[in-house]
Amino acid sequence: MTMTTELASVAEAGKTTRVRRIRLSNTKLATGLVIGGAIVLFGLIGPFVTQDPRLVNDIGLSAPSADHWLGTTQTGQDVLAQLAYGTRGSLTVGAVVGVLTLLLSGFFGVVGAYAGGWVDELFSLFTNIMLVIPGLPLVIVISSYVPDKSIWLVSIVLAITSWAASALVLRGYTLSLRNRDYVLASRVAGEKRWRILTVEILPNLIPLLASQVVFAVIFAILGEAGLSYLGLGASGSFTWGTILYYAQNGLALRLGAWWWFVPPGLMLALFGAALSLINFSIDEIINPKLRNQTRSARKGWRMSREQLSKAKEATL
Amino acid sequence: MRYLLRKLGFYLVALWAALTVNFFVPRLMPGDPVEILLSKLGQHGPVSPEMRASTEALLGTSSGEPLWSQYLDYLGRLAHGDLGTSVVFFPASVSSIIEQTLPWTIGLVGLATVISFLVGVGLGTLAGWKRGSWLDSLIPVTTMFQSVPYFWLALILLFTLGSVWPVFPLNGGYDVYNVTVGWNGPFLGSVLYYGALPALTIVLSSVGGWMLGMRNMMVSTLSEDYMLTAEAKGLRPGRIMRGYAARNAILPSVSGFAISLGFVVAGSIVTEAVFSYPGIGSALLQSVGGNDYALMQGIFLVITLSVLGANLLVDLLYSVIDPRTRARA
Repeated sequence: MTMTTELASVAEAGKTTRVRRIRLSNTKLATGLVIGGAIVLFGLIGPFVTQDPRLVNDIGLSAPSADHWLGTTQTGQDVLAQLAYGTRGSLTVGAVVGVLTLLLSGFFGVVGAYAGGWVDELFSLFTNIMLVIPGLPLVIVISSYVPDKSIWLVSIVLAITSWAASALVLRGYTLSLRNRDYVLASRVAGEKRWRILTVEILPNLIPLLASQVVFAVIFAILGEAGLSYLGLGASGSFTWGTILYYAQNGLALRLGAWWWFVPPGLMLALFGAALSLINFSIDEIINPKLRNQTRSARKGWRMSREQLSKAKEATL
Repeated sequence: MRYLLRKLGFYLVALWAALTVNFFVPRLMPGDPVEILLSKLGQHGPVSPEMRASTEALLGTSSGEPLWSQYLDYLGRLAHGDLGTSVVFFPASVSSIIEQTLPWTIGLVGLATVISFLVGVGLGTLAGWKRGSWLDSLIPVTTMFQSVPYFWLALILLFTLGSVWPVFPLNGGYDVYNVTVGWNGPFLGSVLYYGALPALTIVLSSVGGWMLGMRNMMVSTLSEDYMLTAEAKGLRPGRIMRGYAARNAILPSVSGFAISLGFVVAGSIVTEAVFSYPGIGSALLQSVGGNDYALMQGIFLVITLSVLGANLLVDLLYSVIDPRTRARA
């Protein structure tokens, strides 16, 4: 009798820690979603309510004021308006690269691993080669040959050079899935190959796919910013990177014009942090080991001295 | 042995793929890089027939020669180390420019990456071992440094530690006015002093990833049965941590190190742009700015080769530290 109540209380303790952990992961997820959502909203709505980002004004470089909430650049352009258009540009790059990475890595990772045989060999060889060819130098080389680049071209080049790592991750996981019992069972039951792939395997890959896409979006936005900062980004469009590039060229750092170079960097950092938070909570959902198989959790399994003596009494 | 052959075979194929990409990119792109390059070379002095032949072999020709014979010519010239003549650094050859700049990049970025790896893995081990300690709460801070774009972090640090409080020099690789280049004390000291801030920014921005990865692997490893056995045997905690947990948890980090080497060279371009460091990344940017296609292709090739070489080294090392990889092959 005492034994069962003891066990119940131990189970109770385990439950509360689990509840706390899940709540913790939910706070992470919520914070990430709120920050990320706010930035996406700003990028969607901002350009409609701000001034013209290209409008030149003779007030020159000026600190934040009632007319210009984030001050102006050295040609008197409104920084807030540029930031709104820049947010839209950067998010476009992120979205395009995210979708392309999903398609490419899904195709080369999942389909290759599921098909097996020489298709798998070929696909994984191709993926590995794409992985060891350094991305940024290749992007720089390609973009230096094209004088007028659109934001789409930059996104496509970024996607081509960045899908390989997530394809490898997906391949590894698909390989372990395709030999699970339920997949073998459905094969024996005579399900068609494409049906096994789309109905039995793909749903199990969704969390992993989600986290890979989030990674790809972070990578793309940072990559585009770096490329624009080097002066090799899309011409004639606004992104966080191009604002930083013009700020650097306009000597914003030397002149102490913090309102020019801090906001775009901060937006990049905040958006990156928000996506990382979302990724962490996805990770904790798909990998329970990160949640409760820790040393401290294992310590919680130990019975206390009084529990031990009570258990001893009960067995005697 | 079979594992070794397989790996070597893969890197040979990858090398061939890199050479082929390098061959096709200038030929498929719009515009006529050869004419642009030759007219620029012409501004510096007469263009000899050999220079013309070498440029055409590397970047493409309009003479109607079939593609496969161009390809063979290109491979032949690479085998002899002929990468053409640079425009930006006329009349230096591309190979001599690379020879001058590569040691700077490897010294700065390579060392910084090794330091970052060691510090990150060390801290990650401790954080995973003592979950919930102050080290564990350090992880969000370091990952924040990671989501901050690298060049922005570098610019802010340069602004605060370079102009507001002038602790570190603003740019360059060494004190150009007061020291002579060579193996002497003042020069080496100056190189260290000028490299400190760039190295610091690289470590700050990359240490978080190593730490997080190592900590998560530690947490997974702690749930293995052999950990329970080790604890039950009554081994000292330090020995369990180093000999049992960390030793197994470090394997993915080591293979991650190989992949990161690719990003190291890529990252060096931005680092060197921010700090005007005289490495290969600056040379690449200058060649892009000056439409110096021969130098650009040459540097891209060298970067790819060094990444391949580094990956091969790490793969070989990995087969030594993890016998399972040899058994599986």
